[in-house]
Amino acid sequence: MNNTVQTMPDHLRSPFSSKVKSWETLLLLVAIGIFILNSFSSPYFLDAWNLSDATFNFTEKAMIAFAMALLIISGEIDLSVASIIALASTAMGAAAQFGAGTAELVFVGLTVGICCGAFNALLVTVMGLPSIVVTIGTMSLFRGISYIVLGDGSYRGYPEDFAFFGQGYVGWVISFELALFGGLAVFYWVLLHKTNFGRAVYTIGNNPVAALFSGIRVQRVKFILFLLTGLMSGVAAVCLTSRLGSTRPSIGVGMELEVVTMVVLGGVSILGGSGSIVGVVLAALVMGLMTFGLGLLNVPGIVMSIFLGLLLIGVIALPRLWSRYVSRTE
Amino acid sequence: MLKTILAARETLLLVAVLLLLLLVSSRFPAFIEIDNLVKVLTDTSPLIILALGQMLVIVTRCIDLSVAANLALTGMVVAMLNTAAPELPIVFTLLIAVSLGAVLGAINGLLVWRLAIPSIVVTLGTMTIFRGTIFLISDGQWINAHEMSEHFSQFPRGSVAGMPVLAWIAVLVTITAWIFIARTPTGRAFFAVGSNPHASVYTGIDVGRTQCIAFIISGALAGLTGYLWVARYAVAYVDIASGFELEVVAACVIGGIAIAGGQGSVVGVLLGAIFLGVVKNALPVVNISPFWQLAISGAAILIAVAFNSRSSQSRGRLILKEAEQST
Repeated sequence: MNNTVQTMPDHLRSPFSSKVKSWETLLLLVAIGIFILNSFSSPYFLDAWNLSDATFNFTEKAMIAFAMALLIISGEIDLSVASIIALASTAMGAAAQFGAGTAELVFVGLTVGICCGAFNALLVTVMGLPSIVVTIGTMSLFRGISYIVLGDGSYRGYPEDFAFFGQGYVGWVISFELALFGGLAVFYWVLLHKTNFGRAVYTIGNNPVAALFSGIRVQRVKFILFLLTGLMSGVAAVCLTSRLGSTRPSIGVGMELEVVTMVVLGGVSILGGSGSIVGVVLAALVMGLMTFGLGLLNVPGIVMSIFLGLLLIGVIALPRLWSRYVSRTE
Repeated sequence: MLKTILAARETLLLVAVLLLLLLVSSRFPAFIEIDNLVKVLTDTSPLIILALGQMLVIVTRCIDLSVAANLALTGMVVAMLNTAAPELPIVFTLLIAVSLGAVLGAINGLLVWRLAIPSIVVTLGTMTIFRGTIFLISDGQWINAHEMSEHFSQFPRGSVAGMPVLAWIAVLVTITAWIFIARTPTGRAFFAVGSNPHASVYTGIDVGRTQCIAFIISGALAGLTGYLWVARYAVAYVDIASGFELEVVAACVIGGIAIAGGQGSVVGVLLGAIFLGVVKNALPVVNISPFWQLAISGAAILIAVAFNSRSSQSRGRLILKEAEQST
């Protein structure tokens, strides 16, 4: 009896896990490739301060992408993240008008984020509604509330030390946002890959019914994941508002697309069940370097979004085309 | 039993729309004059046309988030074509708009069919690609009313029997969609695929192909609307109909289309779109800021989807009961 247990491997070396590994290697190579290409194409690229500026392209989105990665691995999705940013930012703006200090502003931003996440979670887990429609609905609702409050106006006049979150540096060229990004990356890496909670997320994504029967509180885990995504949107709202120094209802519009792209580019299966935080971090670097490089070449933002769309479809289509090609030649 | 529940659903929507009209007209009687109702219908026509296309896609368990971008791209192309060849007969403009829209829809459909990529990823991607393409071909420039030829911009506004052509087209599309869904094998196939993909394979329906057809129809209708939109508002630029895809999905969900596929009716979608249209047109009349529109349609989606799941739950139970009784 004992013998059989010992001879059983504790995890199977499936071709899938090796594929995931090679996916991350590929991402790393792409990131290095873009880095080299950029440094040749523009003389301004290889400058510590320019590179530091470039990180702002992806830090806020990546913070949300970490939580979104867990959510997508569990088989759900949240399309309302950009609208949560708008609502949280509007709430912070309103609080600032009433003379709230920096600490209160951060508290307001994070609380609104968590509340929005809880609202999504309630509709999905307690009422059992499909997350895609729920978050398309709350996407309109949350931003709609911002529009009701602000109309075509905007909030300004944030306290001076509030600017630290989006514009401050913790040392040399390391911005606060970059440091936070690093910290969160480690946190989510531990959470997903080293805890029971993380294992539960994978299990739910692969087979929610089996997960339930093996004693995992499926709805509770999903609830927590929606809360985390809301919280991260709140964190991103604090950083973005602080960086821009003003709030309009159109703040961060379309960001949900970039977050989902980042997660999918990072090798997370959109159908749930697989993916890794390392992949998401590398995808954030690839996207950040690409937008920064194109920006140095004076490519307008909307044209960059073509690359983004192609990237999103391409990263899923190419491996499928490739495996079909391989199976055909065999 | 099934029929009565479906009927109740649409009756409920109809009652909601009528109540809304009654509420507004109690303070502003002019709102329910025929002239104004025609105006509201005309204003809602693009939404009706797009929602009917979207319905087919959702019924087959997919979603098409690229319709608004498709509309804008097709609109820009026909507007540029018009400035290049102002004398082109309107028939050709319509033909080009529909075919270009269908081609763009086919891109979505083929990616979903041939590569089995989830439709939400495909259409999120093509949405940004289409928008970006508008910028590339137009260089970010606007095409304004004075650059469009007379017959190009007047066509959807031309009045036939007291109603603008735009509204007539919506009526025509609605009737066609109803016949198509109720009376053709392809129309029935959409529902078969959405209700049970595995079973439909055994009945000889190609699931992917059916989904692809749904995307092509949705795209063709988006293309058609693209021309109508640009001509009606007499302007084409990168951001026209930005975010309109959400309103289209909202109309479908309010109209009782289950996002899990397999359920929905043309009448429901029509009423869902009209509901949103009446709300949108009533807001300025009752002096509420148009900025409320977004939040209201968001709330309407949530209420409708909660309602949808309730009715489908009870239906599931009923089917089980009937099965028990019959055994």
